[in-house]
Amino acid sequence: MTHSLYGPLPDVAGDAGYDHGHPPRMGFFTDTSVCIGCKACEVACKEWNLLPTGAGADGISGLSYDNTQALGANTWRHVAFVEQPATRPDGSVDALAAAGTADAVDLGMPTVGAPDGGVRWLMSSDVCKHCTHAACLDVCPTGALFRTEFGTVVVQPDVCNGCGYCVPACPYGVIDQRHDDGRVFKCTMCYDRLGAGMEPACAKACPTDSIQFGELDELRERADARLAALHDDGVADARLYGRDPDDGVGGDGAFFLLLDEPETYGLPPDPVVTTRDLPSIAKHVALAAGAVAVAAVAAFLGGRR
Amino acid sequence: MTFLGWPVLRQLAGADRLGRGAAARSRRTDGLTARTETADAVVRSVCPYCAVGCGQRVYVKDGAVTQIEGDPDSPVSRGRLCPKGSASKQLVTNPDRVTTVRYRRPYGTEWEELDLDTAMDMIADRVLATRRETWQDTDSDGRVLNRTLGFAHLGGATLDNEENYLAKKLYTALGAIQVENQARI
Amino acid sequence: MAECHPVGFQWVVEAKKRGATVIHVDPRFTRTSALADLHVPLRAGSDIAFLGALVNHVLTREADFREYVVAYTNAAAILSDEFVDTEDLAGVFSGYDPDTGSYSATSWQYEGASEASAAGSRDQWDEAGVGHEAGRAEAAGSGGAAGAASARPERDETLTHPRCVYQVLKRHFARYTPELVERVCGIDPRTFARIAEAVVANSGRDRTTAFVYSVGWTQHTVGAQYIRTASILQLLLGNIGRPGGGIMALRGHASIQGSTDIPTLFNLLPGYIPMPHAHQHEDLDAFVAADAGRTGYWGHMRAYLVSLLKSWWGDAAREDNDWCFGHLPRLTGDHGTYSTVMGQVDGSVKGYFLVGENPAVGSAHGKLQRLGLANLDWLVVRDFSLIESATFWQNAPEIETGELSTETIGTEVFFLPAASHVEKDGTFTNTQRLLQWHHKAIEPPGDARSDLWFFYHLGRAIRRKLAGSTDPRDRPVLDLVWDYPTEGRYDDPSAEAVLAEINGFGPDGPLSSYTQLRDDGSTRCGCWIYCGCRADGVNQTARRKPGHEQSWVAPEWGWAWPANRRILYNRASADPDGNPWSERKRYVWWDADERRWTGADVPDFEPTKDPAYRPPPDATAEDALAGVDPFIMQTDGKGWLFVPTGLADGPLPTHYEPAESVLRNPLYPTRQSNPVRQRYPRPDNPIHQFGGDVYPYVFTTYRLTEHHTAGGMSRTLPYLAELQPEMFCEVSPALAAERGLTHGGWATVVTPRTAIEARVLVTARIRPLRLGDTTVHQIGLPYHWGSNGIATGDAANDLLGIELDPNVYIQEAKAATCDIRPGRRPRGPELLALVRAYRRRAGIGEDG
Repeated sequence: MTHSLYGPLPDVAGDAGYDHGHPPRMGFFTDTSVCIGCKACEVACKEWNLLPTGAGADGISGLSYDNTQALGANTWRHVAFVEQPATRPDGSVDALAAAGTADAVDLGMPTVGAPDGGVRWLMSSDVCKHCTHAACLDVCPTGALFRTEFGTVVVQPDVCNGCGYCVPACPYGVIDQRHDDGRVFKCTMCYDRLGAGMEPACAKACPTDSIQFGELDELRERADARLAALHDDGVADARLYGRDPDDGVGGDGAFFLLLDEPETYGLPPDPVVTTRDLPSIAKHVALAAGAVAVAAVAAFLGGRR
Repeated sequence: MTFLGWPVLRQLAGADRLGRGAAARSRRTDGLTARTETADAVVRSVCPYCAVGCGQRVYVKDGAVTQIEGDPDSPVSRGRLCPKGSASKQLVTNPDRVTTVRYRRPYGTEWEELDLDTAMDMIADRVLATRRETWQDTDSDGRVLNRTLGFAHLGGATLDNEENYLAKKLYTALGAIQVENQARI
Repeated sequence: MAECHPVGFQWVVEAKKRGATVIHVDPRFTRTSALADLHVPLRAGSDIAFLGALVNHVLTREADFREYVVAYTNAAAILSDEFVDTEDLAGVFSGYDPDTGSYSATSWQYEGASEASAAGSRDQWDEAGVGHEAGRAEAAGSGGAAGAASARPERDETLTHPRCVYQVLKRHFARYTPELVERVCGIDPRTFARIAEAVVANSGRDRTTAFVYSVGWTQHTVGAQYIRTASILQLLLGNIGRPGGGIMALRGHASIQGSTDIPTLFNLLPGYIPMPHAHQHEDLDAFVAADAGRTGYWGHMRAYLVSLLKSWWGDAAREDNDWCFGHLPRLTGDHGTYSTVMGQVDGSVKGYFLVGENPAVGSAHGKLQRLGLANLDWLVVRDFSLIESATFWQNAPEIETGELSTETIGTEVFFLPAASHVEKDGTFTNTQRLLQWHHKAIEPPGDARSDLWFFYHLGRAIRRKLAGSTDPRDRPVLDLVWDYPTEGRYDDPSAEAVLAEINGFGPDGPLSSYTQLRDDGSTRCGCWIYCGCRADGVNQTARRKPGHEQSWVAPEWGWAWPANRRILYNRASADPDGNPWSERKRYVWWDADERRWTGADVPDFEPTKDPAYRPPPDATAEDALAGVDPFIMQTDGKGWLFVPTGLADGPLPTHYEPAESVLRNPLYPTRQSNPVRQRYPRPDNPIHQFGGDVYPYVFTTYRLTEHHTAGGMSRTLPYLAELQPEMFCEVSPALAAERGLTHGGWATVVTPRTAIEARVLVTARIRPLRLGDTTVHQIGLPYHWGSNGIATGDAANDLLGIELDPNVYIQEAKAATCDIRPGRRPRGPELLALVRAYRRRAGIGEDG
């Protein structure tokens, strides 16, 4: 057993001590090319998980239709809205618009918007990535964060003492402390529903199946096929994000199909598990080192805001 | 928590040497169940917002709605719901929902409480009085009218067909013709 | 569609993945545009020019689906030589009466048909000669105009006769060129050509094109004609009655289809039977003779109406008293919601029931709505929360301006809390005519009750109070069948029993089909088009066989009117001989061996009528329709490219400018707007006539995914309120620069009615349009907010004036003119002063 903290890890649940009969790793594949930004995921998540409200108290944000603004302790799904010119500064055009006439008559459809420009509106539902190597979990001193038999990463609110170490450890800036409480909260991939054989509330509600839930291996195949189809249709900028087990977090349990650079959506371009270089045995040592990683992550996040 | 359940012991005894998985599970975690599993009843319904007509399943526990989600059997919606449909439990359980009769007397400055039966009786009186005052048998050319223009109805379009049917039937019998709904708007 | 019907949009996404091309034509760039292959912004209020140009594109190239057009539409019918087109009369059709602002339709008839279709004999075109056909287009909502048009006009199937409909259409639309589209709509010719070519290429035997619309098409002074233009196009391309075709109305409320089928509408009885108009002497026979066609299924209107009267007045309805036809109150013109509100302001309407509706926010001209509420004797509001229409006496904007004060408002207000959808049984009818039963899950809390409970118990109380009355006017109330079984803690009337009455009974029990209805009093049916929803005594609307366990048509989920048909006029999915037009588009066809129609759906046709059937000359009702006549509700069984009867504003669509516009009508410089639009010229309804630069911008109102209409069911919910927490407007960067508007700052929007404030979203999604050498700026205004609830803001509908479509009396909410300026609006009387100053500069006098 390697207890790897970096690189590919085929059996995350087994690595976390679940026996061979544990269920397959489950995940989210969020295909933003069909996201309509309806926010059903945000609401379904809050309804199921009985989350407090609080966004929007200051009125509209001015960030397109995004008034939730970020993932947080009370917002476990967040839809980003990106408005951009259809014609990019480099002169390239949005090819998604030209796609989609595969078996149809060739209708010679142009780019999104009129020939003289126009706009492209990208929408993407963000969520905890349920990393293969989850720094939040690795730095948690109380065991509040744990790896489930489904390979997901979940906070146990009855164990969390609100120390907050996990917050800066997350390379995506996902996990967050609730202000009036101190404890951290984030997406559980509806661990209680998974146990009952149900899909997470967000994926179930999603009108266009932009959020797909399933066995991670199968989702990866589905995503590869969708990516290939989009590339065939000329959507050259389509790419998968978090799908690669060789990436800095060993691949994400929740990964995405994006139509632009990750930064466009507010996602870090090359996330690395903040505990990557740590000795892998003594957690208290890891904690000390974690503080260094914290500073680096905080700098990254600060730069984004 | 018993001594044997202490995570450190489980960690030392089990395969989860780093205490990041099986060994870290709390008793609460082990006891988690989806509340849909423990519902007393699952009731088939239809979303009350737009006219797509998405199927809903309403989960009830101890006489209260605990969850509303999409009905995967529906060929219309295949289990999906938009943000409004997903929020429809809050439409039912929202603590700000007004559940008592309110009454404002003419020229009043505050709401007052009023018994429902009394309110119904007063409304019936108002209808009959207005109807009496404003009844038209014929117009000036002697054409038959049989009606009142003294009171009117404007309905939303989230009423059930059965409700609209009784409304139209009653108003028509009363001679009220200014019966309208959102479809005009 | 993605914006307001996200779950329905899954099927568009699905279609797109299978190769469909999605074109979104809308002034604003929405969530739908984001996923469309092509977004085409156009000037709000210009759609007839756009659609008319598509029609012209098809006609000039003769790219129509000729076999379909000749067989299934009235393209070959020859028109009377009395008909004169707008193109020859500078913007009006023949029959226009400038004094009444209305049309006589006599010259619009088929040749030689005038005696059969004398519009003057129609019920509401009574002896007084009042010309507006109130709600006539709605009365056709069950599938055809109920009026009398000749069943068998003279035809020229070569479509070359100069007075055949096809040639008349060609001439009428000849000026609808891509260049006109550019000038009127702001769509460049290249983009227009792409759309036109796509639509044509995607129509025919093997392919169908679908149109989807919402209130973006209906809320205009020419709204019904918008949809007519699309109908013409779809009929020409053979896209009606076929899978993947049609014109889909995406309606915005759970049972808004149901509330026109079983109408709480002034001009209709259940099943689109018109309400009778006032006459000195009119009995049932005269009413039916005047209003029903003799041919097509409306030929049975008497049976539908007698069955309705029997279900309402039961044993009291007898042959010797004309089945209580005299119990029905009579109309004398426009009794729509807007004229009702003016009646409130003027003092003639004294009582008002608001049942799940919030006109103080949701109806046009909010101030007039609130002034009406404040002038009532009594008001009953039934809702989930204290909506603005219930609290106007506390916090209407007019209290702040000093126009109203709480202490002087005499309205007595009853607020009764309503039960939610999970607290009652009943059916909603969705946008596809699908009735779906929802089961009661819990009891409503506190005093909350269903509307079924409310109307039933109100009726009981009224009948109790009238008991023993000998006044003839009370007879209709006392004779009423009003004895539904009750159940549960609160004596809820049984919704199932009410649905059973709607479905109807015959001598042998529950009816299963409207074809069983009789006019001899032996059948009762509360809504003939719903007959069969409890076929065999089983609640068919509660059927929930999983979609994945049945065919793609899913006929065993709920029940669709009529007769559980899922696509109307589906006989047209087969060719005249009864064979599918193509394998790919196979849907309903004639099985020659079995001698029946069969297929994936219930055939919308007599099941055993041979395609070769030709009616004898004296046939009536459905017998008068041939085996090749798919449009069975029409008197001639054809799809009407040209409408000889049934519309108030002309047999063909014509581009008119909105009542408030920034553009002179390029087609008819002397006919700016629909000449027969319903107008209310009065000082409290000022309208900006074309001209000047005081109101230089177009605004359009709309909805967002996160909210629901006037907000009563969304602004009060924390999870929805936070997603769109306040009123905002959407403007282009160019307009922001022109008017000094700051992103995130405030703007004030001014019209002749009032001024409202909104936060500013400057976005490239709103684009200025170039119309030749003019640039038109459009402002987007979501209309969900008011003063109450969690998310608040000024109400966009306050900006609107009241001018209506003359067919359906729907207001023009989608296109009007305004000014916009930076900063918040003035408070108190200064607001009135600002609005007045604008009006004065625009020369809008006291008479509106």
